[in-house]
Amino acid sequence: MFESLQEGLSGALKTLRGQGKLSESNMRDGLKLVERSLLEADVSYDVVRKFMANVTQEAVGEKVLKALNPSQQVVGIVYEELVKLMGPVDHSLHLKSDGGVTVLMMCGLQGSGKTTTCGKLGRLLKSRGRAPLLVAADLQRPAAIDQLHVLGEQLSIPVYSERGETDPVKVCNSAVTQAKKLGANVVILDTAGRLHIDEELMGQLVRIEKQCQPDQVYFVVDGMTGQDAVNSAKAFNEALELDGVIMTKLDGDARGGAALSVKEITGVPIKFMGTGEHLDALEEFHPDRMAGRILGQGDILSLVERAQQEFDEDEAKRMEEQLRKGEFTFDDFKKQLRQIRRLGPLRKVMGMIPGMGALMQGLEDADPEAEMHRLEAIINSMTAAERRTPKIIDNSRRRRIAAGAGVQPNEVNELCKQFDMMAGLMTAMAGKGMGDRMKMFNEMKNAMAANPMGGFAKKKGNTGKRLSTNEKAQARKDRERMLKKLKRDRKK
Amino acid sequence: MGFFDKLKAGLKKTGQLLKTDIRDLFKSEGRLIDEQFLEEIRAILFKTDMGFEAVEKLVTEIAVKMRGRVVHLEEVVAALKVKLKELMAQPESPIEFAVSGPTIVMVCGVNGAGKTTSIAKLAHLFKSQGKKVLLGAGDTFRAAAVEQLTIWAKRIGADIITGESGSHPATVAYKAVEKALADQSDICIVDTAGRLQTQTNLMAELTKIRTSINKQIPAAPHEVLLVLDATTGQNGLSQATKFAEAAGCTGIVLAKLDGTAKGGVVVAIRQQMGIPVKYVGLGEKHEDLDVFRPDEFVDALFADVLGV
Repeated sequence: MFESLQEGLSGALKTLRGQGKLSESNMRDGLKLVERSLLEADVSYDVVRKFMANVTQEAVGEKVLKALNPSQQVVGIVYEELVKLMGPVDHSLHLKSDGGVTVLMMCGLQGSGKTTTCGKLGRLLKSRGRAPLLVAADLQRPAAIDQLHVLGEQLSIPVYSERGETDPVKVCNSAVTQAKKLGANVVILDTAGRLHIDEELMGQLVRIEKQCQPDQVYFVVDGMTGQDAVNSAKAFNEALELDGVIMTKLDGDARGGAALSVKEITGVPIKFMGTGEHLDALEEFHPDRMAGRILGQGDILSLVERAQQEFDEDEAKRMEEQLRKGEFTFDDFKKQLRQIRRLGPLRKVMGMIPGMGALMQGLEDADPEAEMHRLEAIINSMTAAERRTPKIIDNSRRRRIAAGAGVQPNEVNELCKQFDMMAGLMTAMAGKGMGDRMKMFNEMKNAMAANPMGGFAKKKGNTGKRLSTNEKAQARKDRERMLKKLKRDRKK
Repeated sequence: MGFFDKLKAGLKKTGQLLKTDIRDLFKSEGRLIDEQFLEEIRAILFKTDMGFEAVEKLVTEIAVKMRGRVVHLEEVVAALKVKLKELMAQPESPIEFAVSGPTIVMVCGVNGAGKTTSIAKLAHLFKSQGKKVLLGAGDTFRAAAVEQLTIWAKRIGADIITGESGSHPATVAYKAVEKALADQSDICIVDTAGRLQTQTNLMAELTKIRTSINKQIPAAPHEVLLVLDATTGQNGLSQATKFAEAAGCTGIVLAKLDGTAKGGVVVAIRQQMGIPVKYVGLGEKHEDLDVFRPDEFVDALFADVLGV
């Protein structure tokens, strides 16, 4: 998410950086680009104006112009303003700890992703040891109740619904009053989507709020929303006094500028963001990381957090143990591939590593998922013995493996080479402290940046230009001259 | 209520906004067009989600035609309208029906754009034209999507083909076409699951669905409609590009135009890709759908400003 905004801003800031010395006029040109980029990212027009006014004021000030590195100063100012605009946040769901029932209410426009988000929140609460209850208060859309029931089943979370009832206020009310009896301590009300200008339905929301006294009211907003995000957020905030915003569908290529404007206009913090269709794709919103990401600095913290959640600790320990003994087999390699794949779409994961965002651009054609799939297929075609000791893979075995995996024999070779490198690295890493590991990681990253196609299948290119007779003669002359020079140098 | 009135009602809020905004700009005497004035016009246009290029084009037009002059409201609005109509100019293009046999319409879009509801509305529209309609419940992914469409089918009185849960959407599409041929339906509308345009594998699935529709009727799908949420901002462009690439979109259904969002991104889409808007969604009921008429769309957008 935010990638396109990131690209635009990076481009804009690059023109700022490109010039050794910053004058007021070329700074203004650069800032115009920043403005355009924000507008194209769907940030509300008024918010853009305000943002640009603040940034320009600071950026054109004498301090910046006289600073040792003025362009970096400007980048700093843009970053700080972005963080200021999107923060501060508060990720707490403000759950009652004294055994009371906490009521969370979700609202938003049609199709913003309320029901899916309810499921995701339920899953999050359950994983934190709470007992959530989902309430089907969307009586508007056909089969909305069924949808929530299916989600509840998938997550083993109870769902409260009253089929045939037409008043959502009643449904919510009886759900809240019966929650304790049903063994729940958090109630999530999934209200129907509605337009903020539909007075009747907005009135209904207000009645639900009055009746059920929700502890937190969350506004669910589509990350792809344009200028209208401001209008709807404002209207919902006026009707209900929102406590938080959850922004959805941020796993696409939406620039997500609405995040900036909703926060600025309503003052309500963005708590979470939905980053996928799967029920675990709900992340806490971090303005500082996001601003860093917008400016192309990556989001390594989110990645580490996600990795911590996903990696099986026992498995990791077992692996570490083995590595320490100097054992690393294709089976381990496969497991690692699996773990990486569990983190989510590879492109997304890579984008979070600083410096990798730019790297991924060179890989437009390569499909990392397909690549990993291919690697796994090759490993799967190996016998147990081959996985343990790849050295025994000879020509005949190689052909068999390639045929089994549906690849060319040279791809098997390449995988083996890569595996050797990995194995060396892995066994070297085991038993080293965090600092050394980070150093190694950085080295690896640099190596990859030098050769971005790294582990991916290489495309065959042409072998270069054939030299004409004249050029050959010239090259020979150059070579001889070089040799002579070398000899001379050695004599000295 | 005709299209014009409905749209006008839907855009009333927009109109009111435009009305106050532009009337504030012009006192009764008319105003000198200068840089500050253009900035204000720019602000109004940006709020329609029209996008950077379209806005700049319009503002430049005004600047060139009227800079330094003292003008009245009507003149500027007329200039804006001419320019907008020029941008949006397109032949009136409803669904093209197959010469013989069933017309197959495939519907796609991102999650929550309003595909299923739009299909129900389309089905109702065709039914009211006396056509025999068959729906294909191709959203086998989202929880209860099949149920949602089944309920609509019952309400409208259309036939529906559903796959067993977990079956491939391409299979459902194939079966729907098969049934449409067997039953001699006039129109078969195939639903697909919502997907973000960046999910390459899911976009490839769309291509597959298209191919499987193509198997029994070489000319099918006759129409591929992209459902676009009117509240969508500039991401609509990316949606249009990628869906057109994967599924070969022939037109757009602009849903949820009854809110305060103006759906101006279709201007940019039309400008850059040439995909026309065919229908607009103006509410939650199955009759809240109408054919899109660009001139009336532009007129309705400015109707309240001129007090028509």
